[in-house]
Amino acid sequence: MFRIIYRKTLATKIHLFEIEAPAIARKALAGQFVVIRIDERGERIPLTLADWDGKEGSVTVVFMEVGATTFRLALLKAGDFIADFVGPLGVPSHIDKFGTVVCVAGGVGAAPITPIARALKEKGNKIISILGARSKGLLFWEDKLRSVSHQLIVTTDDGTYGRKGVVTEPLKELLESGEKVDRVIAIGPSIMMKFCVQTTQPFGVKTIVSLNPIMVDGTGMCGCCRVSVGGVTKFACVDGPDFDGHQVDWDLLFARQRTYLNEERRSFEQWQAQMGKCS
Amino acid sequence: MAKVNLNREPMPKQDPKTRGKNFNEVALGYSAEQAKAEASRCIQDPKHPCTEGCPVEINIPGFVKAVLDGNMPEAVRILKDKNSLPGICGRVCPQETQCEQACTLAKKGAPIAIGRLERYVADWERAHPEIREQQKGQISFNGKKVAVIGSGPAGLTCAADLAKLGYRVTIFEALHVAGGVLMYGIPEFRLPKIIVQGEVGYVKSLGVEIKLNHVIGKIATIDELLENGFDAVFLAPGAGAPMFLDIPGENLSDIYSANEFLTRTNLMKAYRFPEYDTPIQVGRRVAVFGAGNVAMDASRCALRLGAEEVYIIYRRSKAEMPARLEERENAEEEGVIFKLLTNPSRFLGDERGRVRAVELHEMALGEPDASGRPRPIRKPGSEFIMEIDTAIPALGTRPNPIIPSTTKGLELTKWGTVLTDGATERTSKDRVWCGGDMATGAATVISAMGAGRRAATDIDKCLRNSS
Repeated sequence: MFRIIYRKTLATKIHLFEIEAPAIARKALAGQFVVIRIDERGERIPLTLADWDGKEGSVTVVFMEVGATTFRLALLKAGDFIADFVGPLGVPSHIDKFGTVVCVAGGVGAAPITPIARALKEKGNKIISILGARSKGLLFWEDKLRSVSHQLIVTTDDGTYGRKGVVTEPLKELLESGEKVDRVIAIGPSIMMKFCVQTTQPFGVKTIVSLNPIMVDGTGMCGCCRVSVGGVTKFACVDGPDFDGHQVDWDLLFARQRTYLNEERRSFEQWQAQMGKCS
Repeated sequence: MAKVNLNREPMPKQDPKTRGKNFNEVALGYSAEQAKAEASRCIQDPKHPCTEGCPVEINIPGFVKAVLDGNMPEAVRILKDKNSLPGICGRVCPQETQCEQACTLAKKGAPIAIGRLERYVADWERAHPEIREQQKGQISFNGKKVAVIGSGPAGLTCAADLAKLGYRVTIFEALHVAGGVLMYGIPEFRLPKIIVQGEVGYVKSLGVEIKLNHVIGKIATIDELLENGFDAVFLAPGAGAPMFLDIPGENLSDIYSANEFLTRTNLMKAYRFPEYDTPIQVGRRVAVFGAGNVAMDASRCALRLGAEEVYIIYRRSKAEMPARLEERENAEEEGVIFKLLTNPSRFLGDERGRVRAVELHEMALGEPDASGRPRPIRKPGSEFIMEIDTAIPALGTRPNPIIPSTTKGLELTKWGTVLTDGATERTSKDRVWCGGDMATGAATVISAMGAGRRAATDIDKCLRNSS
C-alpha cells in the first residue's frame, strides 16, 4: 500500500499527488513512468513521472480526470492509500548536450516535460519551452517550467492567457527564425504530438515524443502497448515511451487508443450512478 | 498374485454446456470414497518408477498408501516433503507424460490417477488448516540471505526449499499479486486463484518475504541486490514477452497476444467487467493461432467471455499439437472448432482500425524440420478469407529483456534465454542461478519447479561451504 503524502489541484480537473515510494524515488529518471492500481478492482494505468525526491522518499505524478479510474483517483485525499504503484518503468529520456532544445508541453504534458527540461538544462543545453493549454484554467506549472528554461512561451487556444493560438505556431516561428534548434521534445495529447512532429518535419529537426498507448502490465509481457515506429512494432513500455516522432505511425496509435471507448463510457456511467447514490 | 483392478476412477467434471458459460473450476475433484478406491488399485511396486518419473521426486507410493489407509495427515506430510505446491501440480501437471506414464500399470492401459490423488490430498490439507500448523517444523535462520526474482512456480519452489533450510528469502515480484503465470496465465476454471493464493500463503508461512510491485532491472539491478546483503540470487522471472505472427495487420485493434488476453481475463478479472475495471473485447467469432496449452486456455476463455464461435487455427495436424490431450479434449467438448493445416497470411481491418477478417491458406506436411516435427509447407493458391472480430496469437513467449539488458556478465543463449547448467542451474554470473521459462523458453509449471529445486540444492551447497 502506498500512502498519498500530499495532493493539490493544479488546474481544472488536473491534480498532483505526491506518493510515498522511497525505492522508486531513489531510481527514478526523467522520462520514466509508473503504473498505478487504486484498489482490488481497479485497472492498471501508466502515469509519467512529474517529479521525485530521493531524500523524502516520494514520487510525484500529475493526472487529468478523463475516465472512471482518474475520477476515482481524484477523490483520494492525503493520508489515503493506493494499492499498487510500480516503477520506475520505461527507458529514461536520452539526456545529452545537444545544443538548443525546444521543449513543447501540451496540457498535462507540462508535468513529464519539466523534469526532462531540467535534466537537459543541467547538462548544458539552451532550453526554449513552449507551454500550451486550451484555456487559462487548464494551465499549470508555468513558473516551474520557466525555472528550468532559458525562455518560456505560453499559449492558450482561446487567448485567455499568454499568446492566443496553439503550440505549433511559436514552434514553427522558432524553426523559421534561423535560431539553430538541435532537438525538439514534445509531450502532450497524441494529436498535439503529431502536429508538432509535422511542424518540425520540413526542418529535419529530431523530435522526440512520449507515446501514451493503453497499457496493462507495463513491463513488456503483454504487447497491449504496441506501437509502430519506422515500420517496426515496438512496445512503448519497454522500448519507449520516448520515440522518434517522425517515425511513429500516428494513425495506428489513435486507432488503438480508441479500442475501449464503449467500455470506458460504460465504466464512467457506472461510476456516475454510484456517485449519484452517495450524494 | 492378487488381481489387478484396471478400473480408473473417473474425475467428476462440470458438463461441457454449462461450464462453457462460467469460470468455475471444470474438474470437481474426487470424493473420499473415490480417492480410496483409486488408491486401492496401486500395487505398491517396490521399484516405484512413478517417483523416478516425477520432476520433484515425490514419494508417490507413500502418499497413495496413506490415502488408502485413511491417514490423511501422513499423506500431506509425505506429499509436502517434496512438493511445496501440490494443489497446483495436482491440477496442471501433465502427469500423463510423467509419473502416470512411468506407472507399472500404464502398460495395462490403466495407470494410477496420481494427479487426481495429489489434488485430493492438497485440497484436504487446504480444508484442514490446523494440519499446516502442526506440521510446521522449527526453522532457525542460518545467517544467509537469498533473493528470488519472480513468484511463479520456479521462484516459489526455490524459495520454499531454501526457507526450510534456514535461509532468509525475499521474493521480488513485478506484478501486484504473487504467483506469476499461475495467476495471470492459467485460467480460473483450470486453476482457481484462491488455490494459488493458498499455496503462496504456505510459502510465506515458512518465513519467505514477498515484495510485490518490484520490477528487478528497474527498481534495483541484480548487482545492487548482491552488493546490498544478498548472498545469492535465483532468477525466475519467466519468459514473459509475447511472440507475434509478424504478418501485416497484426496491430489492428482486437488482436491480443495470448498473454494480454489471459492477463486481462484471469489476473485483472475482465470476465467480471464492469464490476472489475479492466475491460476485454470478445466478438462473435474468435480465431486463436497456435495449439499449445496456452492456445487451449485462450480459446476456452473466449467461449466463456461470450464468443459464438471460437477457432483454433494451427499450421500442422492433430498429431503434432503440443497441448496436453486433456486440454484439447476439454476444448473440443466445450465446442472449440479446430482448423488444422491452416496458417494466416494477413489480417484485414475496418475503417476504425479493428480486425474484421483474416486471410488464411492451407498447409501440407513435408519432411521433418529441426524440431523433429513434419515441416508445414504452404499450398499455393489455397488462400481464403475468414471473417473474424477477435484474433489471439498464442505462439509462445520469448524472454523479457528487462533483466538481461541490465545485468552485466549474464550470458545468454542464441534464443535470448539465460544460459544455465542443466544440473545445477548456475549461470555464467557468480552467485546467480536461473530456472524456469527464463532458462528453457516456455515450458511447464512442473519443469520450472524442478529447476527451482535443483537451484535451491546447489545454492545451499555453495553457500554452506562459503564463509
